[in-house]
Amino acid sequence: MADSDCVMVMGSNMAENHPVAFRWPMKAKVNGATLIHVDPRFTRTSAMADIYAPIRAGSDIAFLGGLINHVVNDQRWNSDPFFKTFLLHYTNAATLIGDDYKDAEDADGVFSGLMEYKGGAPAWPYNGFVGQYDPKSWGYKRPGSGSSAQGEAAANTARSGEVPGHTGEGPKSHAPSGKEPTSATPGGPPFDALVKSLLKPPAEKDETLQNPRCVFQLVKRHFARYTPEMVERVTGCPKETFLKVAKALLDHSGPDKTCSFAYAVAWTQHTNGPQVIGCAALLQLLLGNFGRPGAGIMALRGHASIQGSTDIPTLYHSIHGYMSAPSALKKHDTLRDYLADETVATGYWANEPKFMVSYLKSMYGEAATRDNQFGYDWHPKILGDHSHLPMFVAMNDGKVKGMLLIGQNPATSLNARLERAGLRKLEWLVVKDNWVHESATFWRNAPEVKSGEVKTQDIKTEVFFFPSAQIAEMEGSFTNTQRMLQWHYKADEAPGDCRSDSWFSYQLGKRLKRLYAESTAPRDACFNRLVFDYEHDDAAERQRGEPDATKLLKEINGFMTDDPGKHIASFGDLKDDGSTTCASWIYCGVLPAPDQNRAASKRPDPPGQPGAQLNWGYAWPANRRIMYNRCSADLAGRPWSERKKWVWWDEAQKKWVGYDVPDFATTKAPGTPAKAGAPGMDALSGTEPFIMKPDGRAWLFVPSGLVDGPLPTHYEPAESPVRNPLYKQQASPVLKYWKRPDNELVQPGDSRFPHVITTYRLTEHYLAGAMSRWNPWLAELQPELFIELSPELAAEKGIKNLDWVRISTPRSRVRAKALVTRRLRPFTIDGKTVHQVGMPWHWGYEGIVTGDVVNELTALVGDPNVTIHEGKAFVCNVEKA
Amino acid sequence: MAQAMGFFTDTTVCIGCKACEVACKEWNQLPATNGGANTLSGDSYDNTRRLDGIHWRHVRFVEQFTPDRSQGRWLLMSDVCKHCVQAGCLEVCPTGAIIRTEFDTVVIQSDVCNGCRDCIGACPFGVIDINPASGTAQKCTLCYDRLQVGLEPACSKACPTDSINFGPVADLKKMAEARVGRLHGQGETRAYLYGADEKMLGGLNSFFLLVDKPEVYHLPPDPKMPTRRLKSSTWLSVLGGVVVGLAGLVSFRTRGSRP
Repeated sequence: MADSDCVMVMGSNMAENHPVAFRWPMKAKVNGATLIHVDPRFTRTSAMADIYAPIRAGSDIAFLGGLINHVVNDQRWNSDPFFKTFLLHYTNAATLIGDDYKDAEDADGVFSGLMEYKGGAPAWPYNGFVGQYDPKSWGYKRPGSGSSAQGEAAANTARSGEVPGHTGEGPKSHAPSGKEPTSATPGGPPFDALVKSLLKPPAEKDETLQNPRCVFQLVKRHFARYTPEMVERVTGCPKETFLKVAKALLDHSGPDKTCSFAYAVAWTQHTNGPQVIGCAALLQLLLGNFGRPGAGIMALRGHASIQGSTDIPTLYHSIHGYMSAPSALKKHDTLRDYLADETVATGYWANEPKFMVSYLKSMYGEAATRDNQFGYDWHPKILGDHSHLPMFVAMNDGKVKGMLLIGQNPATSLNARLERAGLRKLEWLVVKDNWVHESATFWRNAPEVKSGEVKTQDIKTEVFFFPSAQIAEMEGSFTNTQRMLQWHYKADEAPGDCRSDSWFSYQLGKRLKRLYAESTAPRDACFNRLVFDYEHDDAAERQRGEPDATKLLKEINGFMTDDPGKHIASFGDLKDDGSTTCASWIYCGVLPAPDQNRAASKRPDPPGQPGAQLNWGYAWPANRRIMYNRCSADLAGRPWSERKKWVWWDEAQKKWVGYDVPDFATTKAPGTPAKAGAPGMDALSGTEPFIMKPDGRAWLFVPSGLVDGPLPTHYEPAESPVRNPLYKQQASPVLKYWKRPDNELVQPGDSRFPHVITTYRLTEHYLAGAMSRWNPWLAELQPELFIELSPELAAEKGIKNLDWVRISTPRSRVRAKALVTRRLRPFTIDGKTVHQVGMPWHWGYEGIVTGDVVNELTALVGDPNVTIHEGKAFVCNVEKA
Repeated sequence: MAQAMGFFTDTTVCIGCKACEVACKEWNQLPATNGGANTLSGDSYDNTRRLDGIHWRHVRFVEQFTPDRSQGRWLLMSDVCKHCVQAGCLEVCPTGAIIRTEFDTVVIQSDVCNGCRDCIGACPFGVIDINPASGTAQKCTLCYDRLQVGLEPACSKACPTDSINFGPVADLKKMAEARVGRLHGQGETRAYLYGADEKMLGGLNSFFLLVDKPEVYHLPPDPKMPTRRLKSSTWLSVLGGVVVGLAGLVSFRTRGSRP
């Protein structure tokens, strides 16, 4: 970001919530870059911005869509060959979409394929869908496919199978072609024949970009109604401000300039969160801002290693290295079925069988053999959506017996009363944290217990508390926003009984294995066969029961099965025959030899030289700092400009070179044509940079992988004070909502709840406060819960600064002190004045400083792709208390 | 004496994160207001309110918006002891507790301070106050203990955006002048340095880049040494004496005239 000429922060309050990372945009700014902040509130990030654009919470796609429309109609964009080349060769702009596809433009805001939700397993009725799409018609047009286009292959990580037809590559696995190997074909390994059988004819293209069915024309038409006037009507942002943003982005994009974006959970926490991010990606692709220095979209992660916890996931739907969790709802009966369903035949993901088999070897070791499908049957399968929201609904139904809470505090989380009611249904609860926080004391100190509504003696949940060691009291690695692993060392002993999280998991796993050791039941084989040996070499640590973090890293990095002392240096060396063992293919190379922990490397580049800081930590994959960096060179492999040089083709050496590790087949010349009928990387030409995509191109139009439409479309939040000014369709037709009496939603325009409310964090506190409200130095900085509101709304309601205010939604009501400030403003939306208020959600009923739980106001309603909740835009009422 | 060391605080890149406040408190082991159980001030995001004996760094938040929001700024500024070349506190201290160090910084020695409060009144910036934990006057030491072992002060070390810069004052002044020039070039013509000039108390070893009048940041536009006010004060004292004398005379007369 320090290399950017223009930084746009949207969906993030980067200065407040990522202050350390914010040093980089500030470095860019000091060097003359333009800083833009688009946000419902004027925050500490806005204070640093050259342009501040206010928008109503939940109107991001209208704003970004407006930018897309502005860009494709811009005169310079249409005449500068840079944009045209990038668009035509590095994106799927020229690809034709099947004839059955109908855009939202033609159906009042819905896409072709909308139908009633029919998926899910009877045993797990918690998937929450209110509707679903059959995405078949969104696929590429292929020769011979006629009007019925096929679903597209995608590396599906965000799908548990709860939507039928959304398994990686629907038609391929469920309607096998004649080429599908029969039982006569050996099941593999090797799986090369299987991968080859998954090939499809290439999609049709129109390189003149004139065909109305080509992606570019569909995009152009889809966004045509997002005019600057419409942007103002929907978002409340003055047209002039919007146009200033558009101009800044265009002025700072091109062969010698780049813009970057940064977002965080203010883009994700919506009923169409992934679509907001997709919309920004579409815009950045149009502007040529990908795979180049100072370009791209930075997803600002929350916790220190939240990136690490998706790479080596704590997520239910994904296994290590972004492979789908085996699912009972997909055709995943055997390893071969799984691979046929999940593998994408072209591009780098064609190697998935190697990654999967190496992963299974890391799970089950010697017990995993070719004859037992490398232990695939022992691996757990998921039954549906097991993420946070449905788990708490199921808990309320008595379907969940116990819970381990490690670094979470659901007593202050979404629709907090509902979640606390869920906790009361548990038989047992383990809380492992630094402090005895709200979830550990919900049975004693929660508001409903204090008020007498619930009696402690009626709560049967047995609560166990395990005190945690702090970060400086343990060894291990962090993976940051930039996918960079950094090693940290133990600086001190943890006091008393405090133990690390890995100690807890390791000790629990060892004890479970002991409990099942005598069992011969097939279902218990998953415990008995599991390799779980991380005994520390240091006697004192072994005595304390701490596992050896380096041994964990070794398993993650991978080694030769026959010679564990020989580590895997690159994921290119992984095999699908069991000869390699590797828990997470993307981390290959972080520990290429027993004495070479590259995460611990801390050697900066010499100052004043261009470089990618390759010896500072280790960034997956393969230590690349900018992904898809083939984009930083033109078709012939030359840098687009001296100023934005990054990797390029060296004709003398016949290979890709540069400051960074090239994200491309190292010796594939720019002029190399795609090999017809070949699987894997050979299917991509020397000018196709997006090697993880089956067609080597970035997707402007997303033919597969999203469940809520191939193009971003503005929908109102599930709760909104206005009708959708853009389409008849009010909210996402496929959002997730769990209808229960304690989870009621406000209907659009309900005058009892007229104000938009957004919730957020402050620099001074962390999440629900378990790491900050117990610290006197942080507590004194923001001691009390407040609500920010404009002087206009305050005057209307007779509220003065510091007055107590009551905020209510159908779920609950809370009390907070008023902070009246002009940093908030009333919006005019579709001709109507809409007030917006904001509340930080850091408080609870434990700690040095306490306050009401703001999340009592939120609802369990979320996005259908990833089940993120909508905490950034809903409605409420505000009264003087 | 080693070369003069100080702070250059560039308020245009301050993000108001208060990392400086916390780093200062952690290093210097200063207590929190009421053990942390503070109250909301209602003044923007400023809840520690001012520099005092337990707040040696303080971030000020100034909201400037026109009623229609067509113009708006949120000025953020991390304030601290100015380590004046001509330091009023040092001048008035009766016990010699306040010293000028080899780094040309001004430090109160807690074990010599008798808590007389003279320095509190003498500081034109309102920097000093009694730390209730020690009962003595306290303020920023420019991390004298860290400087002695070659470490930079805790606040500048923690500052994520390099708003707080630490170094030899001569270097900082060059850096600051270049920064002002750059800001002027970028159109921020309101940028200027506060306290870099020797005219202000001989120069402040901790000086600032501001974009509005000093008063907006609660800084005095023309801070004076307490001795500078001595002449007028002397006359005032004389006048006061005369008034008291006259009053006494009147009072005697009144008493005398009583029946």
